Amino acid sequence: MTYHPGQRVRVAARPHDGHHRTPGYVKGKTGTVERAYASFKNPETRAYGADGLPEQPLYLVGFAQRDVWPDYAGQSRDRIYLDLFEHWLEDAE
Amino acid sequence: MSEHEHDHDHPHEPITNGNEPPAAARARALEQLLIEKGAISREDVRERIDWLVSRSPTDGARLVARAWVDPDFKQRLLADARSAALELDLDPGPSPVVVAVENTDDVHHMVVCTLCSCYPRALLGPPPAWYKSFPYRSRAVSDPRGVLDEFGVELGDDVELRVLDSTADIRYLVMPRRPAGTEAMNEDELAALITRDAMIGVAQPAAPAPIG
Repeated sequence: MTYHPGQRVRVAARPHDGHHRTPGYVKGKTGTVERAYASFKNPETRAYGADGLPEQPLYLVGFAQRDVWPDYAGQSRDRIYLDLFEHWLEDAE
Repeated sequence: MSEHEHDHDHPHEPITNGNEPPAAARARALEQLLIEKGAISREDVRERIDWLVSRSPTDGARLVARAWVDPDFKQRLLADARSAALELDLDPGPSPVVVAVENTDDVHHMVVCTLCSCYPRALLGPPPAWYKSFPYRSRAVSDPRGVLDEFGVELGDDVELRVLDSTADIRYLVMPRRPAGTEAMNEDELAALITRDAMIGVAQPAAPAPIG
């Protein structure tokens, strides 16, 4: 696991042609690693009949809602968390 | 009699699948193809459907009720919900990691899967139609307080709202707050208050109304 809880990370803004688990609404956004889970098979290749190897480390990453949605109508402390694979993350410290 | 042109030479009524929705027809065709190719058997499909419909929120409610009455179990549940489920002889499902998150006076969690309908089916049963709907999946992330308001959950401005978008292999279960007025209730009575929606984070359990 390259990243550790508390570390600031940015989600890669790249497009991806095909199945992937990084929702567009967090691409390019910066958040904080909440949990470093473990490695799992890569759904981007597994979706097309491959074995999903090598496994990719998976993290729970939290974002301030106001960083994700500029017009967010809730409270400033509200947060949103996603499970993101390591190859979509960049060090933002 | 068909009015359209054919390259084969016989008249017939338009070919339809009756009132079967297009998605159902597609699923049926896909199942048939996978069976013909030997990827799955009808028995596999039947067993999985039987498993899915045999699950119910009762199992999740047992986990939460035990955590409400046993602080040590609560810590184990929050540390590793999969192991905690096994401890109670419950089936935590195929996901290797199940995470329970605790709602408190200061923090409220709710769960969504913007990509499809992921949630801990083993502990909550099949997801409700609204959980799979586009409006819930899009608005739960961008306007979660508006969604909670429509579900009747009043969240104070001082409460931190945390939305969990389960985009990969982890399954999330919300442990709701134990309502006031339930101090005298036992574990089974408490479990009856804990609904599927409360464990998704779009409802708050309430103490039963006094009788009479």
